[in-house]
Order: sequence, then structure tokens, then C-alpha cells
Amino acid sequence: MTSSRSYKQTPSYTPTQNACKMCTPLGATLVFQGIEGCVPLLHGSQGCSTYMRRYLISHFKEPVDIASSNFTEETAVFGGGANLKLAIENVARQYAPTMIGIATTCLSETIGDDVQLILNSMDNAINGSALVHVSTPSYSGTHVDGFHGAVAAVVDRFNPAGKRIVYRPKKKKKVNLFPGMLSNEDLRHLKDIFADFNAPVAILPDYSERLEGPSWQEYQAIQKGGTTIAAIEKMNVAVHTMEFGSVLALAAEAGQETAGDILSKRFGVPCTRLPIPIGVKATDRFLDILSQISGRPVPERYRKEKWRLVDTYVDGNKYVAKKRALIYGEEDFVVSMAGFLAEVGIVPVLCASGGKSKTFKKALEQTLPEHIIDQAVIQNDMDFTCMEETAAAMPEEVRPEIIIGNSKGYAMARRLKIPLVRVGFPIHDRIGGSRILHVGYKGAQQLYDTIVNAILTEKQTESRIGYAYM
Amino acid sequence: MTSISVLKQREKQIYQKGNQPFEMECETKSLAGAVSQRACVFCGSRVVLYPIADALHLIHGPIGCASYTWDIRGAQSSGPELHRMSFSTDLSETDIIYGGEKKLKKALLELIEKYAPKAAFIYCTCIVGIIGDDVDAICRQVEEETRIPVIAVHSEGFKGTKKDGYKAACDALFSLIERNKAPQATIPDSINIMGEFNIGGETWIIKKYYEAMGVKVVSVITGDGRVAEVQQAKNAALNVVQCSGSVTHLAKQMEKEYGIPFIRVSYFGIEDTSEALYQVAVHFKKNAEILKKTQALIKKEVKAIVPRLEGMRKDLEGKKAAIYVGGAFKAFSLIKALKTLGMEVILAGSQTGTKEDYEVLRQMCNEGTVILDDSNPLELAKYAVEKDADLFIGGVKERPIAYKMGIGFCDHNHERKIPLVGFEGMVNFANEVHGTVTSPVWDLVPRRQNTTGKEGAI
Repeated sequence: MTSSRSYKQTPSYTPTQNACKMCTPLGATLVFQGIEGCVPLLHGSQGCSTYMRRYLISHFKEPVDIASSNFTEETAVFGGGANLKLAIENVARQYAPTMIGIATTCLSETIGDDVQLILNSMDNAINGSALVHVSTPSYSGTHVDGFHGAVAAVVDRFNPAGKRIVYRPKKKKKVNLFPGMLSNEDLRHLKDIFADFNAPVAILPDYSERLEGPSWQEYQAIQKGGTTIAAIEKMNVAVHTMEFGSVLALAAEAGQETAGDILSKRFGVPCTRLPIPIGVKATDRFLDILSQISGRPVPERYRKEKWRLVDTYVDGNKYVAKKRALIYGEEDFVVSMAGFLAEVGIVPVLCASGGKSKTFKKALEQTLPEHIIDQAVIQNDMDFTCMEETAAAMPEEVRPEIIIGNSKGYAMARRLKIPLVRVGFPIHDRIGGSRILHVGYKGAQQLYDTIVNAILTEKQTESRIGYAYM
Repeated sequence: MTSISVLKQREKQIYQKGNQPFEMECETKSLAGAVSQRACVFCGSRVVLYPIADALHLIHGPIGCASYTWDIRGAQSSGPELHRMSFSTDLSETDIIYGGEKKLKKALLELIEKYAPKAAFIYCTCIVGIIGDDVDAICRQVEEETRIPVIAVHSEGFKGTKKDGYKAACDALFSLIERNKAPQATIPDSINIMGEFNIGGETWIIKKYYEAMGVKVVSVITGDGRVAEVQQAKNAALNVVQCSGSVTHLAKQMEKEYGIPFIRVSYFGIEDTSEALYQVAVHFKKNAEILKKTQALIKKEVKAIVPRLEGMRKDLEGKKAAIYVGGAFKAFSLIKALKTLGMEVILAGSQTGTKEDYEVLRQMCNEGTVILDDSNPLELAKYAVEKDADLFIGGVKERPIAYKMGIGFCDHNHERKIPLVGFEGMVNFANEVHGTVTSPVWDLVPRRQNTTGKEGAI
């Protein structure tokens, strides 16, 4: 293959063109939305919170309030301490939150505000609500780093090193789950799975109710739902922690302190890291581990779901076999999605992410068979323009035939004239983005049906005849 | 709804028409922690310059500002679409330490070579103001090398409010116009359409009207904008300014520098559209043909749409609307347009209104109407519900507030995809309002039912 060398060389530019990532604080604000009664507060300019609000609202179609400490020119010169305090007081007055989650921005980080010191001077609380800080300079990492950083900061805060474990319940085998950035439907499905295993679980974050609730009779300053602080405080007495994300696992191996680490180092709660359970193999692994931890067999319901799914894989195998896909999104999401595609016969020829980890390729190598790795272009720290140019430059026999990722790839898909299957975050151009199910057998079932049907639609539309049978 | 209390420091920015004295506090920075609906200086600049479709818009800073503003507006172009791309220097840790100038220059040169834009705008974000990059110097160097206008927009987020961003954008536009060294050659009976951004193709509707009137449009600032066209702006005889908040600064500068007078107009609703066109016709009264054509145009257009509005008005009569928009000028038009539909306004607010604006609003509104400056979700929800609104007019951030409480919604912000200006826009507006207000879904939502339980009780 003489052409393989050339198509694998992705273009490189100094500027970022149509980024496939968001900035660090956004991930943190999403985590804070997943804690009961918590209000996120950004220490920076007004615009940061407003932009992130509209970004999140456009996906979730729900109110997303994010406060700001509202920097002015004087604040930038003399420091943001006074503004931050005032913001905290006003949020406390207006919302009566259980917690205020304070994330920094590029501005407050660069002028060197010591947020922790300011919060310490307030005893890290106001009117009984906890003040929790996470450092999220936008120039370092992506929204994913802000997300994991906030999860770790919250766990750290409510499970301090000196905390004495009074009693670790033997019968009630509580499990902690740090799922990473998943959809509301994913979180709901995971809760069902744990319930079916009779395993009490504390999921952090859980925005599935708060960012997808009912219509109201009275306005709710803070929507109901989310992980309770009481549940987070008890994480140290759990029998086990599960942490999703293959790239996160490699980062943890390399020394990044994750929420799971904190609990294992301080309290000896064992932590199992596994890929986001997308597809049969990854879900098998997840349920096996859960079965071991909970001491209960995999419920019948899931066996049925699994074999129904495998049967569908069989029914559709000819339509997807050797189809080539471009997938993009958060690194951990792409790795798991690639694993799913590979197990049904789709070849992820271009796996891209805006993430900046050093282990994206390694995580994919652990997931995909060698013959796929050999053909695939794997690139992180990539924007949509480079993705598009790479795909367009691929020789016809390897060029992607289907694109799988969030709605931000639409413009690229349109220009490349390749159908886009919308998954992940954000989905800004469709209703129901937060109801897309990815995880579990049920998630794979829905993904599989959607992808096969997208391929069939394309075939039917492009066909001169337009057969009414598959 | 008594459970929602208003912050003490915010009380002076809330007024209920009635007996209390009118002392609206406004044009202040947002209160920390109040969850303002406002954006920042950068946002103000970005919205004004955004529709210039053959210019490069490079955002100098970490990735967020570029990510969140990628293709978010409905500003259409009849040709190039460079404005729909999101370009960022994507500053990282090392850039913060060593400065971002080198990266900025390299990025600019690469992008200009790749996309061959007719000009480049470089938006300075918060951090650029802190690390002290000399963006102006880089712009000068690149302009010299590439021979296209390369203009720094000083829009650091914390240096004021959205309004200051408008001003920064106006300075950039003026700087672009100034670069046209050809002598000013005023074209008779000609105008610049200003403060019009071609959302959903609105510029084209307005242009069509002016063409029918016999008025020549020299340039549009900035709807369906082109660099070369903007640079011709000094040759117009009159500046017709819509959305007064955003480009009045430029109109004033052009008046001072080029002696071009300006008038303020709005193209929302029958009344204001007619008024706008008449004002322009009257300005060019030396040419009697224009006024004649204008009268004929308005007569024809109004006649065509009135029957279509009448049908919808029957269902909307007496319904109550809440309005929360960026600039107060738009609120004036909306109040009139809603009156045309038989609707009453019970809440009117804006992010950036002035004292005079609020005084006008007060005079336009009925007793009991709540007037808000720089409001937040909790206040908007509180008053919309207290006043029992049937409709909320706002943008993306206001939509879930309305929907959660079973209130219809009309998007009148830059994200909208439907043209709402002019006569045909009024029909679209009426359709939008009618569709949402009369939707059968409200029969099912908890607040519209006489249930005793809370949120969705079965």
C-alpha cells in the first residue's frame, strides 16, 4: 500500500479551525449541574457563563443557570476576591443552594487569584452551603479535563483524608460510579442496571433529572435531581468504585489523580477502571464486574437484551460489513464507540478528537484489532477542518462512508456528502440529544439500528430504483 | 411565586408601572452572582462584525470564545461564507507564559494564505488584555505583508459590557472605511443600511423595499456584508440606523468625519417599517418620485398582509406577552407589533437599555407592566408567571424559562432562522406567535391545569 503513508499524514495548522472541543470550565459546570442543589459559579467575565449557558441550553433544552463573578477592568487589575465574595453571597441569597461549585477561567487563573485562599477565609461555606473550588484554566486541557477535575474536586472535598470510617456496611454493598460525560438517557439506564443488580450506587455527576425534568407548576430556582451531597460524603464507605474511560484509566496510571484514586488512596475503596460500556463486549465486561462486586448474577433481563442485540447484529451484518466510519468526540467516547463499531464489522478509518491526552492512540490500540489499527488514521488535538481535509484526501477505497459524532460535525458531513449519525455531546440541531442512549446492550441496540438505517437510507436515496425492501 | 425574592441591589433595576416614582437604574455593570442574561464585550463586537462574510474573523485567546460562537447566528450571505467558520489561536499554557504574539502572527499568515479573505478582524479576548500581547503591532506587520486590512478589535471580555463591544466593533468598521483612500463621492438619494444583520435574509427584504422606492443602497453594515462594500459607506447620502445600540457610535463618527447625517429606524412591525421607509423618503424629498413610490409600496404591502393578520388576531386578542431583548429599541417595535395582533405587553426588559429608553418603554406600556434592566432567570420567571404571560419573546437563554412554565415562546434573537422584518416579516412574526400561543400542548402542562399537586402531578 503505497498510498497509506500519505493519507495518514494529517494536515497541521497553527490556528484551530472549527474546534472539536470546548474550554475547561464548561466540563466543570456540567458536573456541578449533576449535584443536587448545586449552583455553578464561574470566576471570570460575564460572557463565559452566558456562552456556556446557551451552549448547554441548546443541547439540553432546559434552564441552565450559571453565575458569574463578573470581572471588570478594576477586578482584573486588583484581583477578583471581592467580586467572588459578592457573587457567592448573591448566589446564596437568590438560590439557597446546597453547594456552590466555583470554577475558574483563563482570566482569573492568569491574574493569579488564589480562589482556595479566598474560600478558606469564608470557611469554605456560606449559610450552610458548601463552597467547592476547581481550577479550570481554559488554556490548559479541554472540557473533559474540567469535567474530571470537578468530579475529583467534589469527591476530595466531601471525603477528606482524615475522615474516620465509622462503619462500612457489609450487606448493603454500595458502589461508586464515575461515568464521565454521558447522556441523560445513559445515566438513567445505568441507574436501572444498578437497581436490577440490587446494588445501591452513587453516580457522580448525575444531571439526568435536573437537565431533563417535567414542566412546572411553580418556578424552580434549582431544578430537582442530582447526586446528593450526603451520598457523596458516603462514597468513602463504598465497597467499590467504577470509573469509566479508557483514556482516563491511562491518565490515572500515569499519575493523574482521579476521583477513584482519592477514594482508594485515602480509604482503600478498590477502583476498577473500564471503558464506557458501549457495545456487547464492553457491556459484558461492565456487567461481569458489577456481578462480582454485587455478588449477584447478571439479571435475566440483560441476558435477553444481549442475545436480542447479537441477533440483530446478525440480521444486519451484511449492511455494515466493511463500511468505513469517521468518528469524533471526546477521546473516551471515541475509543468506546470505535470498539462497538469494530465488533459489528464497521471499520473506524478515522478516529478523531479535540482532546489532548498522550494516550488516545494507545487506548484505541487496546480496544481495536490490529488490522483496523493498521488502516485507521488516529489523531487527537484535531479540529473539524483537519478532520474534513483528512477525510477528503483519503483514497476512495478508505474514505469514510458514514460519520458518527456530535452535531458540530454537520457542516463537515454536508460538504463531504457523507451521512451523519448524531451521538454524544452536543446535539444542537436536533431535539432529544440528551435522550440518545449509548451504553448497555440497549444502547448498542439503538445505535446499531440507527446506524444501519442511516446506511440503508443513504443507499435507498442514492439508488435509481429505490427498492421498498432491504 | 412569592418564593422567588429579588436581590436588594437589583431592586432599582426593576420597575412596575403604577404609583411608584420612576427612577430606573441602568447602564451599569452586572451584579456579581446575579446570573445576568448579558454576555460580554467580545460578544458585542462579534455580533456586529460577524456577518461580514468575506472577512477572516480570528479570535485570539483560549478555545472557548471561538467554540461557543461558531456559526451561532442566522446571518446569511449571498456569496462567501467565511464568517461561518470558527478561527482561534487556541492559546495554551506556554502561550500564556511566553506571550501569544508569535502564534497570532503565524496563525494570521496561514489563514490569510489559505482563505484569501478581503480583510481580517482579530478579536482580543480577556486573556490578551492580561498577558499584554501587542495585537495592534502584529496587525500592522501582517497588513504590510499581506496587503489586506488587518484590524484589531479590542473586545477583552471584562473591559465593560456588551455595549463597549459594539463600540469596539464600530471602531474597527470605521478603521476599515478610513482605509478607503478614494475621495468621498456622495451618491444622490443613497443610504447605508446600518445595524441590520441579515438574520434569516432580512437585509434582502429591506433592500428590496428601498429599491422599489428608488433609493440606492450603498452598503449594509453589516448584513450580507462585504469588505469592499463596507468601504464604500462614506459615499452614501444618509445613514439609516437600525438596532440603535449597536452602530450608533459608527453613525456618529461618520457624521463627524464625512458629514453623513443619520436617522434611527426599526423594521419590525407594520407601523415601524412604514415609518422607517417614510422617514427615508422624506429625507430625500427633493426627489418627489421617491415619496410617491414609497406611498405606493407601503399601500400595496400593507394591503397584502392585513387580511392574513386579521385571522390570527382573533385568537390572540387579549393575550399577554413578556419581552426580554438585548436592546430596548427592539422592545419598542415589538410592543407596537404585538398591539397590531391585539396583544398586551405585561413585562418588558432589555440587557442594555438607557434611561431614555426605559422612559419611552414606560410611556408605551399599560399600568402594571413590569420593566426590567439587565434581568436574570429568576426575575424573568417570577414576573412572567405573576403577570400570567401567554407568550415570551427572547433568545435561547429565555426559552427554557418560558417553556418550563407553560408559556409560548418566540425567538427574536440572532439565532432565529426566520426573517421577521418588514411587512412579510410581520406575517412570519404573527405566524410564530400564533403557532406557539394557540398550541394545544398548553392544555397538558401542569401550570395550565387546575391541578393541586406540583410539577406534573398525575
